[in-house]
Amino acid sequence: MSEKIGVYVCHCGTNIAGIVNVEEVSQWAGSRLKDRGVVIARDYKFMCSSLGQELIEKDIKELGLTRVVVAACSPHLHERTFRTACERAGLNPYLCELVSIREHVSWVHTDKIAATAKAEAVLSGGVERVIHNEPLEPLKVPIHPDSLVVGGGIAGIQAALELADGGNHVYLVEREPSIGGHMAQFDKTFPTLDCSACILTPRMVQVGNHPNITLLTWSEVTKVDGYVGNFEVSLKKKARYVNTELCTGCGICVEKCPKKVVDDIFEVGMAKRKVVYMPFPQAVPNFPVIDAPNCTFFQKGTCKACEKFCPTNAIDFNQKDEDITVKVGNIVLATGYDLFNPQRIPQYGYGRLENIYTSLEFERLCNASGPTGGNIVLKDGVTPPKTVGIVHCVGSRDQNYNGYCSAICCMQSIKFAHLVHERTGADIYNFYIDIRTPGKSYEEFYQRVLDEGTHFVRGKVAEVTDVARSPEEEGKLIIQVEDTLIGKQRRIPVDMVILSAGLEPRHDAKEIGKLFGIACSADGWYIERHPKLDPIATMTEGVYIAGCVQGPKDIPATVAQGAAAAARIQGKIQQGEITLEPIRASINEDQCSGCRICNDLCPFNAILFHEDLAVSEINAALCQGCGTCVAACPAGAISGTGFSNEQVLAQIEGLLLRNIEKIESNKVPV
Amino acid sequence: MSKNQKPKFAMYWAASCGGCDIAVLNIHEKILDVDANFDVVFWPVAMDAKYKDVEAMPDKSILLTLFNGGIRNDENEHIAKLLRKKSQILVAFGSCACEGCIPALANLSPADEIVGTAFHTISTENPEGIHPHVSWKAPEGDIHIPTIYPVLKTLEQVVDVDYFMPGCPPESHQIGTVIDLVIQVLQGKAQLPPKGATIGVGNSTVCDECKRTRNVKAIKEFNRIQLIHADPELCLLEQGIPCNGPATRSGCDSRCPTAGAQCIGCYGPAEGVIDYGARLISAFASVIDSTDPQEIDRILDGIPDPAGQFYRFSMGGSLLRAAKPAWKNNGG
Amino acid sequence: MNNNETFEPVIIGFTCNWCSYRAADTAGTARVKYAPNIRLIRLMCSGRLDPTFVLKALANGADAVLITGCHPGDCHYVEQNYKALRRFHLLKRVLTQMGIEPGRLKLVWASAAEGAILAAEFDKFINEVRALGPLNWPLQEQKTFSTPTLAEVAA
Repeated sequence: MSEKIGVYVCHCGTNIAGIVNVEEVSQWAGSRLKDRGVVIARDYKFMCSSLGQELIEKDIKELGLTRVVVAACSPHLHERTFRTACERAGLNPYLCELVSIREHVSWVHTDKIAATAKAEAVLSGGVERVIHNEPLEPLKVPIHPDSLVVGGGIAGIQAALELADGGNHVYLVEREPSIGGHMAQFDKTFPTLDCSACILTPRMVQVGNHPNITLLTWSEVTKVDGYVGNFEVSLKKKARYVNTELCTGCGICVEKCPKKVVDDIFEVGMAKRKVVYMPFPQAVPNFPVIDAPNCTFFQKGTCKACEKFCPTNAIDFNQKDEDITVKVGNIVLATGYDLFNPQRIPQYGYGRLENIYTSLEFERLCNASGPTGGNIVLKDGVTPPKTVGIVHCVGSRDQNYNGYCSAICCMQSIKFAHLVHERTGADIYNFYIDIRTPGKSYEEFYQRVLDEGTHFVRGKVAEVTDVARSPEEEGKLIIQVEDTLIGKQRRIPVDMVILSAGLEPRHDAKEIGKLFGIACSADGWYIERHPKLDPIATMTEGVYIAGCVQGPKDIPATVAQGAAAAARIQGKIQQGEITLEPIRASINEDQCSGCRICNDLCPFNAILFHEDLAVSEINAALCQGCGTCVAACPAGAISGTGFSNEQVLAQIEGLLLRNIEKIESNKVPV
Repeated sequence: MSKNQKPKFAMYWAASCGGCDIAVLNIHEKILDVDANFDVVFWPVAMDAKYKDVEAMPDKSILLTLFNGGIRNDENEHIAKLLRKKSQILVAFGSCACEGCIPALANLSPADEIVGTAFHTISTENPEGIHPHVSWKAPEGDIHIPTIYPVLKTLEQVVDVDYFMPGCPPESHQIGTVIDLVIQVLQGKAQLPPKGATIGVGNSTVCDECKRTRNVKAIKEFNRIQLIHADPELCLLEQGIPCNGPATRSGCDSRCPTAGAQCIGCYGPAEGVIDYGARLISAFASVIDSTDPQEIDRILDGIPDPAGQFYRFSMGGSLLRAAKPAWKNNGG
Repeated sequence: MNNNETFEPVIIGFTCNWCSYRAADTAGTARVKYAPNIRLIRLMCSGRLDPTFVLKALANGADAVLITGCHPGDCHYVEQNYKALRRFHLLKRVLTQMGIEPGRLKLVWASAAEGAILAAEFDKFINEVRALGPLNWPLQEQKTFSTPTLAEVAA
């Protein structure tokens, strides 16, 4: 039983017709492919126009077409256009194929005869393929109205607040004892010089008080099961050893704790904290946590000072980690970034020479609640620097480390220059490759700092050394740099060096990504669905990314992404159910032998094995339609809609014109 | 039933080893059912008969012909076409007729090389350098022997086949089942399966019948079975032994893995599969536990003869069918 | 078949929807020119590449096959291109045993932005295959079901 195929060859003005003889292609299809089911073949100036689409719709209705092939531009542009046109005319949209004779033929070949022949072959491939297309219906799954936000930095906070304000319940999970993220560590933010904590903490308090937000700090996600609209997430709520029902946040335990350790996280190693501690004064939630590996009681069985002095008996050394499972419909990953470690650039002397700070360390120096009370001083804790060197692009824009630009370091370095100027009056040198100030008021901020007298030297710093070559360099840090604007090497002695270290993905980003079924690019940032048009969605339905997990960006962009993720999710929740593209695989249970070869091939965990039945099964909602398992199954028991074996094999026959030979000679396709 | 009223049965061996015929004889007492229900008119291994007897039969007078062996020479093709003409139901019986089986492995070499190996190797006693000729003038008259084709073909590559019964040989219990079915059909108690069906088989692959425990696969190396102490309870493939079971049609009751040997694939491909070897290439490669090209090559070195491993029984029925040097001219 | 002087290879190229197909589109948008000998098939992922497809192409008139996909580590579906890589390695060994020159099967990675690079790879492969000459895999005869005599067949 033959299909009735309509073929439409587009001129695309002269884009296609200028090289490919479209009338010839259309006539060729109408005559040579007639025995393959082509009942009508037309060519038209612009198939994607409403008139072009109407040609298709009319033919479907009047000729009873059962398949449609359009030879025009790339399916990435107009596949949906033509499929929708077919749908309007009553033909299942998946019975329509668009083959490219523009991007892949007319735009890339110059020989008109060869291009026309190739266009015929491409069209022939499309016709053979479409014969095996099946009508498909998009899959609909219900959406659970709760959401999960992972990461309590400004991106996660924004997403959680927007969702919660919209009337939806949100779980906000944060690995550290308090939310706030990196923004809580900063002193001032560019370009407004707002105090970071001042603009952040009201949001943090809102989160802590919000009736629609369940805040789970000191917690981590351990497992994610399920699929969009129906995730089941397992969390581990680590033991704080503090009973939060009784704790009032008075802080006496912290005061009385006799042991101090270096605070590697919040103070970035610049200061010490107690073993029972709150990460910073404005912490939300306002409960301390005991650092068990360093606690005298846990290590030796003695002390317990915190317990003795707690007025509400809130210390509980017997508290255990808690395993929680929550059901959510959508997930936002907003776990932020790590800083590039400048120790990887030994010639910059970080970690070896004194008074060299990373950007985050310098933020702590500047911060009023930091180790020096906000005074910018040298390692001795007293002396302000007389000259400061600020190095841009440390570990960024560098083929030896990270090739990308970290987006915020120029503004951050300019901000540092301003703060140093304001608080010390020191002589300041900024060493840059380019000045990148694209945001609103950024360029003006740069001008302001230029006016303040900061010296901007265009050159990549070669070395930071303490080896003096002249008396003026004694006891100083010398920055060796080529000043490219004057074409000379310079040695600039400074008291303090600030390294604007680049942003990197979290060290465990890849593993975390695997938990959620999303991938990292070669640089390690999570891959977005489309870099231009959809930066907050991922290839995994129901999992969104916001903030620096997607790539380095400033606070306004981060906040925008958090809000965007929330808006997208709210839209889905409102609809109650979600529609999924029906390009996915399924396993024929009778043919499956339970060999389990497919089981580990799915990065989206869509393949389950039923021990009792000894067969594997694919969860259609989790399946992303890559087809890897279809190709791998040794029993041929897995089939994939949209790209079935029959479709591809037929397309190969068509591309090689074996279908014509079948009719016209006695040679059959193998 | 008198001899003349019983439906006629024939069995023929083309390029084969004789195992299929023995498998039929090996159905023990069931052979009496065959005798009771059929008139065996042509079965070279079991009875005396001449080709001219078959040529004299009316077309479609033989109800059921089991044809085993591949089509290696013009005699094989002639008899295949002859039996097709004379039979109502023609079954490609056994792996040789279905997929080419071991004789099809010869498709990896040109025919003259094969003949040369048989007649002119260092261990062959052939002082006069005798070499077969298609026709020869002997004192008694002209002698003709069949011409070897460049490439072995399967039965369906030369004639229209009604049913396929794979196996090397097909298991006797399966043969018994099929015979029972045909007898039931004769008695009007059952329907024949649709034309072109594979019969005497299960619905799945050997793993379906295999009793070993199966886990998720991650292969770090391939081993020859004699080089490791294989765990008798665990899937052989997981232990790095290249077992073709996952791609091989079920029906044999997983005989070889049960006995401690890897499946070598004699029951051919699963339903709907057009190239058996491709399934194994894909499956094995997919579960190799490495992303580094050098390590992948090292692991693949553990299968030194992949064409033999993956196409041992199915070269003739594969997409490529033969190695390029074996094809003579372009016409196949 | 063409004689070798005018031989123009026909190559089937498999591309993945997210990277290499888009790279081919990018080449088109940028009007980068390459020889017309390659005909592309779109798959969702290089992991969909079934060795059957390659064998089908070679047995039905293609002189060579090009497999393309996302760079390792960049696969849109996380790591499926590694499966394609492994299948390619094993398939190449089998093809070599079947007397098909290893130069007739090639694997190239390309990201969506690398249109010019992919176009250059197309041209490079086309030239390599042109030098190898036609594959000329015997196309299969239509089956005929008449019954010649033994004498007719032996002639």
